[in-house]
Amino acid sequence: MNARIDTVVPAGEPWMGAVRRGETFRIVDLEGNQAVDTLFYNADDTHEHYSAQNTIQAQGRIYLTTGSVLLSNRGRPMLRIEDDTCGRHDTLGGACSSESNTVRYALEKRYMHSCRDSFLLALARHDHGMTKRDLPSNINFFMNVPVTPEGGLRFADGISAAGRHVELIALMDTLVLISNCPQLNNPCNAYNPTPIRVMTATSSQGKQ
Amino acid sequence: MPHVVTPLLWEDEIPGGTHWSGVLRRGVTLRLVAQADDANLAALFYSREQPLERYNMADTLKAQHTAHLTTGCVCYSDMGRILCSVVADTCGWHDPLCGLTDPEMISARYGVTRFQEQRNARYVSGREAMLVELGKYGLNERDLVANINFFSKVVADDDGALRRVAGHARADQYVDLRFEMDSIVLLHAGPHPLDMDARYAPAGVRLEARRAPPPAADDACRMHCPENARGFVNTERLYA
Repeated sequence: MNARIDTVVPAGEPWMGAVRRGETFRIVDLEGNQAVDTLFYNADDTHEHYSAQNTIQAQGRIYLTTGSVLLSNRGRPMLRIEDDTCGRHDTLGGACSSESNTVRYALEKRYMHSCRDSFLLALARHDHGMTKRDLPSNINFFMNVPVTPEGGLRFADGISAAGRHVELIALMDTLVLISNCPQLNNPCNAYNPTPIRVMTATSSQGKQ
Repeated sequence: MPHVVTPLLWEDEIPGGTHWSGVLRRGVTLRLVAQADDANLAALFYSREQPLERYNMADTLKAQHTAHLTTGCVCYSDMGRILCSVVADTCGWHDPLCGLTDPEMISARYGVTRFQEQRNARYVSGREAMLVELGKYGLNERDLVANINFFSKVVADDDGALRRVAGHARADQYVDLRFEMDSIVLLHAGPHPLDMDARYAPAGVRLEARRAPPPAADDACRMHCPENARGFVNTERLYA
């Protein structure tokens, strides 16, 4: 198993990389309950990207776990979760931003670092011609955001822990955009953003 | 505070299966009235001034700790501002989770139709409807963000499994959206993606626009939660 990519992403940093069709992509929650805000794009046409609503609709289920197929905005399978030692990942909470922090916490929180700033910085660095228009609603790996039967939304205590991981197999050549969340205002990560590790491996599956 | 009904500015009706777009100005309330049982109205909102600022599902849900919309809720943009507020609602639950139908889903469920045979009775998917309306404003697939499905109720169980509640909306139920920003509004009166009824019979929706008084200090949407109070401050700064 050759790890073409194997890198630690520090807390609060963006990361962008390519995962080829047939490769697996593993994210490790190194210290536990870290939110990993993640988007996937078709590497050949970034106007095709992960779609929360297409994915939720097709699987008839809000949370992601082993067996979940991540669908694109064009309804095509992009990746499938092959292994998940956390058990549940969030599709609804989106990414924090300066502006949403002013709403959620206090007007003076505008000046704190946020996932959407990280996303925009990564897009600016990588020069794929992508802009804010290419930032749809993302996955939050390792986050537990339950919907109650009454239609409420809770940011519950994490169910992840140090060393837990999620592994996906790419069903197309994929561009991955991650913000390793810098949120300091939410108890769901114990107010303590921590590093993650991202790794690829070649897989016997998915190579057709 | 009683809900004030002022004279109509204009009215229109979106026939079932068709789409509409228009501009709703700050200070106008748009009433959406279901014309039959089991209506579904897909909706998207963009800032008229800068369409890069648009309705944001996640920011709307997490600010208000909700997975459904009803009276008191507001629709947030990605910039921490309020595009519109739900000031009245006789239906009680609107779905912000489940997205649009696509052409494959529509033809698999209801059959293949073409204009050549069915003329304007052909079936148009939610995705196509929104792409057409987006195009009228120079917007495209990149701008097609997560939408709201008004009049539809979808509940989740403890494992996150979703179930659409059939028969939720009734004819003549309405929801009033008071616009807090000049907005481009896209609407499609088509089947909900989790509607498994094999019969294609989408309900029409009547639109009624009325002048709205500015949101008062004790406005129900402003007072709904501290987050919304801050959302109104952000919005009022834009128009200061």
